[in-house]
Amino acid sequence: MREMSYDVVTIGGGPAGMAAALAAREAGAERVLIIERDRELGGILQQCIHNGFGLRRFEEELTGPGYAHRYIEMVRATDIDVWLDTTVLAAEPGGVITSVSPHAGMTVVRAKSVVYAMGCRERTRGAIRTPGSRPAGVFTAGAAQRMVNMEGYLPGKEVVIVGSGDIGLIMARRMTFEGAKVKAVFEIMPYSNGLTRNIVQCLEDFGIPLYLGHSVTAIHGKDRVTGITVSQVNDRLEVIEGTAFDVSCDCVLLSVGLIPENELGRAAGLALDPITSGARVDQFRQTSIPGFFAAGNVLHVHDLVDWVSEEAAIAGRSAARHARGELPALGSERSVTAGEGLRTVVPQRLSAFEPGKMSTRFYFRAAKPMGASLLQFWADGVLAFERKLRVVKPSEMIVADIPVRKIGDAQKLEFRVVPAPEKIEAEDEIEEEA
Amino acid sequence: MMERVVHAIQCIGCPIGCGGEVIVENGTVSEMTGFTCNKGLAYAAEEVVAPKRMVTTTVRVSGGGLALLPVVSVTPVPKDRIFDCLRLLRDVSVAAPIAEGTIVVSDALGLGVDFRAARDIASVQ
Repeated sequence: MREMSYDVVTIGGGPAGMAAALAAREAGAERVLIIERDRELGGILQQCIHNGFGLRRFEEELTGPGYAHRYIEMVRATDIDVWLDTTVLAAEPGGVITSVSPHAGMTVVRAKSVVYAMGCRERTRGAIRTPGSRPAGVFTAGAAQRMVNMEGYLPGKEVVIVGSGDIGLIMARRMTFEGAKVKAVFEIMPYSNGLTRNIVQCLEDFGIPLYLGHSVTAIHGKDRVTGITVSQVNDRLEVIEGTAFDVSCDCVLLSVGLIPENELGRAAGLALDPITSGARVDQFRQTSIPGFFAAGNVLHVHDLVDWVSEEAAIAGRSAARHARGELPALGSERSVTAGEGLRTVVPQRLSAFEPGKMSTRFYFRAAKPMGASLLQFWADGVLAFERKLRVVKPSEMIVADIPVRKIGDAQKLEFRVVPAPEKIEAEDEIEEEA
Repeated sequence: MMERVVHAIQCIGCPIGCGGEVIVENGTVSEMTGFTCNKGLAYAAEEVVAPKRMVTTTVRVSGGGLALLPVVSVTPVPKDRIFDCLRLLRDVSVAAPIAEGTIVVSDALGLGVDFRAARDIASVQ
């Protein structure tokens, strides 16, 4: 069995793993390794062939593979080691990583710092407990995306999409482009879970109807799916009697949410956030285990890869500092909570700030759609900062920089989103992190 | 005769997704409201007269580790010609190795739009 040692190891070679490794190397970590289980770097981006990536990070609109390509080239230009086709079996406190691969067998890596960057996976039919038979032809939207965009298979010709997450919307257009008939998208919530731009360019452009407030109550078919039954739901998401109708199809695509793929973290005993299903981290993206960091969709599910790259760079820089023994030890913890109007906040706790730090950035998910709103920051029960938001959607992450002087010595930090007293014309510019 | 049409346009330029109105009088844009950047204004003005979209799809690739090469239009395609472009690309096949940025189809259907490879695909022995 091989034994190796590195300063910083990222588990996962998608956008988060690559950005973290690059930032760690740039911050002075000498031996950096990316471990990736797929046959190539890039992660989920390689199957997201649509464009719209990188507007923030590269100030141009790239495809998913195009965005991945930029990072792969950057990694290639360094001496960062990359192990492909390699699965991590365990990453234990102290930085002992056990991995296996067909070409190198079992390897134990000792890492001074570890960055979790395993991404997320899709919720499946089991997660939404849809009654009915178990025929072929029911796929998660992302599995279908891989089949269509990378492997060259069309999973069906008469398609119904359940859930209005972005992958489902993107796949509605993609299946239409490949000659399939996409009959409808059904969303149980009264609002869409995808970005507005995707509703316009993936559904409205092709006349694909979006039914809000509709739930699938049965899936039909013995060997192959033949159709579904759909009903309207009330505001408690209960089926309204007498509203059921059938839609025939040979393919059902599920786009019903994503869950961080955090088995390694859970096995290592990380403190988790029950809402994000990712680790609880501080502003350095350090988890509850010293030297273990997390970034990207394994920490919390993002809608834009640009934010993933940025967050992963924070984790990578912190991992490099930890490897040199320069990151303050995990100590007194100040809690950060998502209050009224919000579902999640990352980071969930604060460690001591570095000297000279001007502001720190927080990422939020709203609990429900709202119009013009105020994002409020409460420090120990006192309103310390407010920012206007033109519109609030659960599908779109809210990002805010809070000045360190507003945080002060507060021990309990809480964020809220409340309706704005009057109409707000434009969203305030995001201040860049110092 | 004065003709005034109000179009409700949802911008797709970036994830903010501004919604606004474009007023067209006698075939020309006379007023726009609700858009918050120049890119959005340009999109909205074009959307009411000659809508265009970036097109992404795949073409066959031989000799690589993957069955398909993702391609993207270098500039937007007139919306009513998207499916014509897709039909054209359906019959295109390329051989690995392919470098990101390689033009796979130039001047598709005389529209002046090129399609380029969105990634590298190495050849596999």
